[in-house]
Amino acid sequence: MVDALLRVKRLLKHFGGVIATDHVDLSIAPGEIHALIGPNGAGKTTLIHQLSGALRADGGRIFFDGRDITRVSLHERVHFGVARSYQITSIFRGSTVVHNLALAVLARTGSSLRFWRPLAKEDPLFEEARALAGQIGLGGRENMVAGQLAHGEQRQLEVGLALATRARLLLLDEPMAGLGPQESQRMVALLARLKGTITLLLVEHDMDAVFRLADRISVLDSGRIIATGAPEAIRNNAEVKRAYLGEEAAAL
Amino acid sequence: MHNRLVVGTLLLLVAFPLAAEHWDQLFYVSFATRILIYALAASSLNLILGYGGMVSFGHAAFLGIGAYTVAILMEQGVSSAWVSWPLAVMVSALFALVIGAISLRTRGVYFIMITLAFAQMVYYLFISLRAYGGEDGLNLAGRSHLGFGLNLTSDLTFYYVVLALGVTCLSLLQRLLNARFGQVVQAIRDNEARMEAIGFPTYRYKLICFALAGGAAGLAGALLANQSGFVSPNLLQWTQSGTLMVMVILGGVGHLYGGALGAAVFLVLEEALSAYTLHWQLGLGLVLLAIVLYARQGLAGLFVGPAPGRRSTGG
Repeated sequence: MVDALLRVKRLLKHFGGVIATDHVDLSIAPGEIHALIGPNGAGKTTLIHQLSGALRADGGRIFFDGRDITRVSLHERVHFGVARSYQITSIFRGSTVVHNLALAVLARTGSSLRFWRPLAKEDPLFEEARALAGQIGLGGRENMVAGQLAHGEQRQLEVGLALATRARLLLLDEPMAGLGPQESQRMVALLARLKGTITLLLVEHDMDAVFRLADRISVLDSGRIIATGAPEAIRNNAEVKRAYLGEEAAAL
Repeated sequence: MHNRLVVGTLLLLVAFPLAAEHWDQLFYVSFATRILIYALAASSLNLILGYGGMVSFGHAAFLGIGAYTVAILMEQGVSSAWVSWPLAVMVSALFALVIGAISLRTRGVYFIMITLAFAQMVYYLFISLRAYGGEDGLNLAGRSHLGFGLNLTSDLTFYYVVLALGVTCLSLLQRLLNARFGQVVQAIRDNEARMEAIGFPTYRYKLICFALAGGAAGLAGALLANQSGFVSPNLLQWTQSGTLMVMVILGGVGHLYGGALGAAVFLVLEEALSAYTLHWQLGLGLVLLAIVLYARQGLAGLFVGPAPGRRSTGG
């Protein structure tokens, strides 16, 4: 893979004596959905934190589109083209859906050091935000206050905020967290629609979704990547079964 | 309803000194001027505290720096308001920029403490300025000169100048809050981590907001120095910062008119209660307690309704 969009080299992170990211190598091709799975505490979210820039790595390098972004801050990485979503929903709960999305659009449409013209009069911004609401399946819900949406809808908005940045690589941290079967279906459909237009690194516990969506899967265990490959290969990988899939693998 | 209330209040503010003059009660004009100045100071604190979510416990420093700028310039023979007032704003904003740049690297209680510490440093700085009165403070030779035939030594003229400046600042504040900058700052208050994650350099926005508030407090300080004809380190003491904070909480945190209303109620209560008892702060404390327990949006929330322009939904 010469033309990887994201390339991670020997990434290292430790908290005191605990190694959370143990020399992780990872490369993600443009357009691919790459799933990252692993047992609780394997270091998946810590890895996302480092890839997004929320947490500084202790060692190693991160390249995006050929550029070294290891020392680039969280908000700057968004403009490079890397954005993330959160496992614990982090939206603007007191604002409407369209206002939530408009903020993300705002971030990439020029300086916001503007003190005079009312934001509400910037129509193109809100048109785009409305289009985004439709795209993430919240059409008709645009003017609802985000905190009053159903849990599933809040998760859709969570992903929508990352999507609204128009980043080329989205790091999605458990988008299905806490979703019921029907809501999960909707989220899978949403992510499937994005396939090909955008590159995804998907951290997920929902194995159905992972095997349905992923082009490739990497397995993280105790901070190390123990396997990377196509879904079939991962399903049959003995070490993966031992480390993680366990009974679930038997059932598959 | 909301607009009518604002227009009515404005008319009242314009008519008030004329009535006071008519009944020969000019003392009240001076008192009302003080209220207007504190309204500006408290509103500037409300910008960072209520809209920016930055609980600064050192806001009096900027008020004091503005006041001292005017006083020191006058001591040096510069009495033009067109020079000293803008300079007061700029010096205060500059101090706020430096203090903010360091303080905003901390969060929560640490931010409260570090802003308090900086304010106390500035307080002791002015105490040590022997040439400008040190602990005793400094008397101003007179009021600033405005030109255009306006003589600020007239309490009536001064009142109207302060009123015009106050209304202008509040209108600018309203504009700013509904524009991109204000909306971004309020979103940072609501969810800073997410604002970073969608690409906003939140530190920069908060710092600019902090400096703007410092500058506005500096203007209030410049006016206060003129109003009382005297500046002293007491202006910068931490209790002053506390007073401004109480005004904001009383009036309505994150409410456009919160600072103004809070300042008015605070100073009127102080004036009215202290006529009866030395322990007027007890009465004030009870009012504050009731507000915090039963009216989180402050008096403005009770009388004017929920904060306007807080969350525009657009289009």
